[in-house]
Amino acid sequence: MRSLFVTLLLTSALCGPALAGEIWVTNEKDDTISVIDADTLEVTRTIPTGERPRGIIFSRDYSVVYICASDSDTVQVMNPDTGEILHELPSGEDPEQFALSPDGRHLYIANEDDAVTTVVDVQSRSVVAQINVGTEPEGMAVSPDGKVAITTSETTSMAHWIDTETQTLFANTLVDSRPRHAEFTADGVQMWVSSEIGGTVTVFNSADQTEVGKVRFAITGVNPDLIQPVGFKFTPDGKTAFVALGPSNHVAAVNTETLEVEGYILVGRRVWHLAFSPDSRQLFTTNGVSGDVTVIDVASRTPVKSIKVGRFPWGAAMRPTKSN
Amino acid sequence: MKLSTLPRAALLAATALALPVMAQTPVQIDVKMTYLRQEAVLPPTLSNLDPIPEDLGIAGAEVAFKDNKTTGAFLGHAYALDVVSVEVGGDLIAAAEAALQSARLILIEAGAADLQRLADLPAAKGAILFNVASGDAGLRDAGCRANLLHTMPEDAMRTDALMQVLQARRWTDLALITGAKPDDRAYAAALRRSAAKFGLKIKAEKAWTFDTDLRRAAPAEVPLFTQDLPDHHALLIADEADDFGRYIEHNTWLPRPIAGSEGLEGQGWAPVVEQWGAVQLQQRFEKSAKRDMTSRDYAAWAAIRAVGEAVTRTNSADPATLRAYMLSDAFTLDGFKGRPLTFRHWNGQLRQPIPVVNARALVQLAPLDGFLHQRNELDTLGLDAPESGCTAFGG
Repeated sequence: MRSLFVTLLLTSALCGPALAGEIWVTNEKDDTISVIDADTLEVTRTIPTGERPRGIIFSRDYSVVYICASDSDTVQVMNPDTGEILHELPSGEDPEQFALSPDGRHLYIANEDDAVTTVVDVQSRSVVAQINVGTEPEGMAVSPDGKVAITTSETTSMAHWIDTETQTLFANTLVDSRPRHAEFTADGVQMWVSSEIGGTVTVFNSADQTEVGKVRFAITGVNPDLIQPVGFKFTPDGKTAFVALGPSNHVAAVNTETLEVEGYILVGRRVWHLAFSPDSRQLFTTNGVSGDVTVIDVASRTPVKSIKVGRFPWGAAMRPTKSN
Repeated sequence: MKLSTLPRAALLAATALALPVMAQTPVQIDVKMTYLRQEAVLPPTLSNLDPIPEDLGIAGAEVAFKDNKTTGAFLGHAYALDVVSVEVGGDLIAAAEAALQSARLILIEAGAADLQRLADLPAAKGAILFNVASGDAGLRDAGCRANLLHTMPEDAMRTDALMQVLQARRWTDLALITGAKPDDRAYAAALRRSAAKFGLKIKAEKAWTFDTDLRRAAPAEVPLFTQDLPDHHALLIADEADDFGRYIEHNTWLPRPIAGSEGLEGQGWAPVVEQWGAVQLQQRFEKSAKRDMTSRDYAAWAAIRAVGEAVTRTNSADPATLRAYMLSDAFTLDGFKGRPLTFRHWNGQLRQPIPVVNARALVQLAPLDGFLHQRNELDTLGLDAPESGCTAFGG
């Protein structure tokens, strides 16, 4: 992530001052993607997808975008310029979230209905492995060195650690109820897992899978039951994690060193996932129930705009575009 | 487009290669559970449109059992579930005593009196029994038992949820028609209590006494039967056996919505619940049972999942350890209703949101916004600590 950011900075230095880009948002109940221009903050395109699009991720070179079309039981591969579906990848049943290996070769896909993680080679378009995990796998992550993949399973309340060499589990660690999302820190030293019903984020030391600490949340005037951490993102400097807190309608800014919450930002209803603008100065949140995207100014940690998208926006991904 | 792009055989081959760690994990503890059912003679109903499934409740237990087994495989916890069904007139006590010999975690589908009898058995001392079928008020009140937890919502939770919705709509003037069976009368009592609790008024009540074939006569009889009711915003029906209620709607003298046992209903679970990840549970259930999931299935599912959650977190199968954990603040169950589920420490009732539904959609999930509580808004539903006469839990 950091090297990518540096590359982007260099690119922008060569091409001009602005880092132009788009935020792609999957609309779970509309079977579409809304494309938001990160500069004008307007929806510029609405692209049809398969049924119930959720997870979305760009290839390393941004030439294609992968979309989990959950109810179509497939991962769609789309040309982001034309919106054309190029082909589909065998994904196993009900793919919800996925993660791409650092070399861009393998997709690790959580098959929510099947208690399985499917590993797909995006070049040969074939299944490399299927790994039995807990019930309702959802969160997926791959370590920066590509050696470890993570699946979290919601009903089993575990993070499953996968050795990507052998495609087998080498550790299973309990977390709080209903783990939703997993990410490694940019240096790979820590692995974070959010627990929606448990209301916490658990931080692991990647090297020995031990728990380093837990992030807990409390918002004045909001019932603790409704503070439900789901998606989260680290800032490029690694100092802050922004955590979406579901039906509490807030995003928390967490100090990654102390694991203390520094502040809460009010966004739309039932906030799910997040994506940074290319310059990382703005953060876009998908708000499922209100059907919009909140734009947060990262420096001041204030919401600056709501953008109406489709019904039940869920996943979000950034795509840099050439600046003019 | 289903999985046509990928041959199933290829998937299986790939799976075989990727043997999970769980295969090598040694079994450390055995968790034995029994589902004990007292079969009942169902009262005759006017319509046969909705037959009652043979595996009601049991099917929910089986889905949760599979969920637990998956988790247990990673931790060395081996779960076992026996199903014992006692026929009408059979010896429930003997069946319970036999089951308690091997399993100390028992789900019971029986009436309130039987539940109390079983909980009082010497063999049941130190075991945990789960009431997965009865909404009886007494069991959560002075008739509670320390070794009896309830995953089925009490009737008052369902009626409180309904009254919150009616109050939020400002449909505060009500009329009530009650059937002749004991369950109907108990449910009507819960409706009255809830109406008073939330400031709604039941302006008139009538007893349902018809013995004609309503399938033919409803358009003629029901308008006349409801003609002398004072004006009301909604008409409540207490018909827990699903006998006559379905013939009331759209046949009333005044055009009014129906609520209670029919129409707008507070339920522990319903097939129309789809938010909060519920679709996944509904699909797992449907795949397994080939039918929709009901409240009793959900209650059985929740009991077995509560055991699973407690075993996972305590690494123990000892009933006393599990009970202490389940009643502690540390326990949370993910019940696909948008909030963590917990047990009330004053009477062992599973604290849970209640979907208020019609046949086609979720109308609201109670508790509704604005119904406040000093500790937990979920305690606006059902018997709260100061109201409950239960002392068996040390309250």
